[in-house]
Amino acid sequence: MRASTTPPMRAGLIRASLRRPGFAAALIHRLSGLALALFLPMHFIALGTALQGADRLESFLGLTQNGFVRTAEWGLVCALAVHMALGLRVLAIEWLRYRERTALVVSGCLATAFAVGLLFLLSGA
Amino acid sequence: MTVPVDHAVGQGVTEALRVRVRRGDAVAEYVVPRRANQTVLDVVTEIQRDQDPTLAYRFACRVGMCGSCGMTVNGRPRWTCRTRVAAVAPDGMLSLEPLRNLPVVKDLAVDMEPFFEKWRRAHGYFEPGENPPDDFATVEPDSPARQEVDAGIECINCGVCYAACDVVTWNPDYLGPAALNRAWTLVNDVRDQDRDGRLAAVAGDAGCHSCHSHMSCTEHCPKGLSPTFSIAGLKRETGKAALRRFWRRG
Repeated sequence: MRASTTPPMRAGLIRASLRRPGFAAALIHRLSGLALALFLPMHFIALGTALQGADRLESFLGLTQNGFVRTAEWGLVCALAVHMALGLRVLAIEWLRYRERTALVVSGCLATAFAVGLLFLLSGA
Repeated sequence: MTVPVDHAVGQGVTEALRVRVRRGDAVAEYVVPRRANQTVLDVVTEIQRDQDPTLAYRFACRVGMCGSCGMTVNGRPRWTCRTRVAAVAPDGMLSLEPLRNLPVVKDLAVDMEPFFEKWRRAHGYFEPGENPPDDFATVEPDSPARQEVDAGIECINCGVCYAACDVVTWNPDYLGPAALNRAWTLVNDVRDQDRDGRLAAVAGDAGCHSCHSHMSCTEHCPKGLSPTFSIAGLKRETGKAALRRFWRRG
């Protein structure tokens, strides 16, 4: 027997517990929810400028005509779609007693979200 | 103990098994010969009997009934008596740790007291009531309630789901999959007289509504149970009970 005082197995344990598709689904669900929550105040600020006249709204919208905001917009559409798809998964588990194949369903949710994102891009946004 | 042959181990594997065992803050390394049909519990027993009698672990039945030999094997919580080395260590490396989320007594043995304390908190015991009926209750095998009970009743209290649960790690007060699964079987028991009390016990901050549906318990349960769906059932029933209370008050 050889004993060492280093704890090299802890990392392996944590990795193994976090590799599960259910955990990935919950993590993505929460992160996309946070992204949407951060977006909402900016959305209301944009709408609020309309109260000060069409010109103010137009000038504010003019600020969004750049690549960074366009990319963020695509990310937002993906976040919304993935949040909805994973939310439907949770509802199906809890209300429809759906005994799912976790990895397959989570993969399907992510694929749906990116398909929606792709449609958004193809729609010429 | 069986003879050291490798016909059941598969081709191209090493004949010696390198085993790393977490012992407190240290990791001990052992080399154990591979044997036919060897289980992980066999490996631990061989180490303890032939190499290091100070190694502490727990087991009783060796046939998947008692639920006392749970350990973390290569990062996954498992029952070790029914886990074959050939299935989990094809490369001849085995890492063994105590179950997660429970206090370690020594080496691979954990204290199960918090686990069973939560069974009590979840009212995981049959309550016959003040005046139990004189006759047997008639329970149709095909009735929905009986089907729900059947789906969760084979739990052997091994603690594997409890160790796999991320919510228990984050919130040590969380009742955990096993206790909630037990509560669900009793909620569906027509003879039980503590339905409302049990639903109130599992509806708190650390109860069924804390479940994030990661499904780790369902994925790791060695008996193939689905505590996630038992917890989902409790969420529905506690929600209905709250609506009934609201309706009566209004």
